[in-house]
Amino acid sequence: MNTALPDGLLVVAKADCPTCRLIEPLLAQMAEASPLTVYVQDSADYGAALPASIYDQTLERSYRLGIEFVPTLIRVENGEEVERTYGWHKEDWRQLSGVATLGEELPVMRPGCGSKTLEPGISEELELAFGEIKLSSREIDMGTAEDPMEACFERGWSDGLPVVPPTPVRVLRMLKGCERKPDEVLGLMPPDLVPVTVEKVAINAVLAGCKPEYMPVLLAALEASLTDEFGLHGLICTTMFGSPMIIVNGPAAKAIGMNSGVNALGQGNRANATIGRALQLIIRNVGGGRPGEIDRATLGNPGKVGFCFAEAEGSDWLPLAQERGIAAGRSAVTIFPGEGVQGIVDQKSRDPESLARSFALSLRTVDHAKLAMAGDAVLVVSPEHARVFIDAGWTKQRLREELEKLLLAPGAELVAGAGGIAEGIPARFKDQQVPKFRPGGLLIVRAGGTAGLFSAIIAGWAASGPVGSSPVTREVNT
Amino acid sequence: MNDSILLDPTAEQAAAQRARLARPASLEGKVVGLLDISKPRGNVFLDRIEEQLAAMGVGVKRYSKPTFTRVAPTELKQKMAAEVDLLVEGLAD
Repeated sequence: MNTALPDGLLVVAKADCPTCRLIEPLLAQMAEASPLTVYVQDSADYGAALPASIYDQTLERSYRLGIEFVPTLIRVENGEEVERTYGWHKEDWRQLSGVATLGEELPVMRPGCGSKTLEPGISEELELAFGEIKLSSREIDMGTAEDPMEACFERGWSDGLPVVPPTPVRVLRMLKGCERKPDEVLGLMPPDLVPVTVEKVAINAVLAGCKPEYMPVLLAALEASLTDEFGLHGLICTTMFGSPMIIVNGPAAKAIGMNSGVNALGQGNRANATIGRALQLIIRNVGGGRPGEIDRATLGNPGKVGFCFAEAEGSDWLPLAQERGIAAGRSAVTIFPGEGVQGIVDQKSRDPESLARSFALSLRTVDHAKLAMAGDAVLVVSPEHARVFIDAGWTKQRLREELEKLLLAPGAELVAGAGGIAEGIPARFKDQQVPKFRPGGLLIVRAGGTAGLFSAIIAGWAASGPVGSSPVTREVNT
Repeated sequence: MNDSILLDPTAEQAAAQRARLARPASLEGKVVGLLDISKPRGNVFLDRIEEQLAAMGVGVKRYSKPTFTRVAPTELKQKMAAEVDLLVEGLAD
């Protein structure tokens, strides 16, 4: 379309806008004074007697003019806009049109209506058609009889649950949740090692059911998972249980309504459920990490649909992200190769020493009670349990140090064959005191409902640390 | 909203149109299902196919749909998928 502006006056109007109808009789008078062009957004009838009344049916003209209200009056000189006003303001219209007596009988002022270009649904369609944004993903044309929900299953885009069909409008809305350009490459997505763009993240976020405002958290989680330390490639391919689990800290978690309280590790919260799921769908769809193909998990775990929760901050305990170097008041994600959830039921310990011993005993079972320095673990301490430590003045760091001491075990009890169990650590450890976790291998977070003397262990990948995967924390940016 | 266009969430390494399953290089050791869709004389066609396959030493299993006017019942589709490597069906009269 030739989008050069016609010199003279330009009016953009909507037939169903009362203010546009109010000024309709003035248009002929204005046309006598200056060349006048009228773009009408919703009808071929408005101003039909005028020589240059154009039905802007596609709304392209209105969109390109950036019209927000109707009527809008614009003065154009040499193809360039020099001045505009919107709504009916008698003085403005007289000055712009150069007709000193314009609208003598009309009130001084009448507000206009919203431009049709800004109606929900329409604005995104216009931006896709005429805007600067360029989506580059392949368009899959559904047959008219095809159910888009079923088509997504058929094409293998789903984790087994229904996904939201990624229409261009939905993807555009998702992209508006962040300030990144759609074509920005975030890294190489394992296992296929293909470039993953912000646009592909947004498409999978649509599939997963995310809201646009979740994008910054999802992008941070993806960037953390693509670091060399996290070792996502091996984690996707392993026969073991783990998969990326996301822990969110800071104001972003609250802002997007994440759950850190009752049932924090469970279902029912959209942000928790869909951010974790989106990361898994990116692994599946962009990376090609599908179970039975490259994903060789013997059993897997339910968190592979998605595993994401927020820490319950606001206690005396330092939030995980701050322990890991993020400034207070900033938001961050920590990504961890999590397995399932193992509960710790201790309803009797009322002092920190007893409860720490209880935790330590339970933590021994990570991977296997006879294995050590293999898998990391996240200890999720519920508020009622955390209170036992906090009231006694134990920080998270103190608890971790006490647990490390309590978890030292005589190597003779852990070596292969000891206790009549072939599994175990190498014989060379038999004369040593052996720590359960490698240094930095035990993370502690506070989460859960305020009632219940229960905590939980989320074991990590048995190939934790430099050989496999280390937890990674990344700040959330827009 | 136009729901007929979806944006591809994948790395676009597979063709937009899905390829048919590869044909087997040989029927040796394969079991072939013969599906009668219950149109008249379909059985005549399939009987002849069965004779020829049997002569080649290929295992054959016979199935029939309750009616040609409906898609095959899920149970029948699952049964065939579990029992045979290939399927031949006679269309039309």
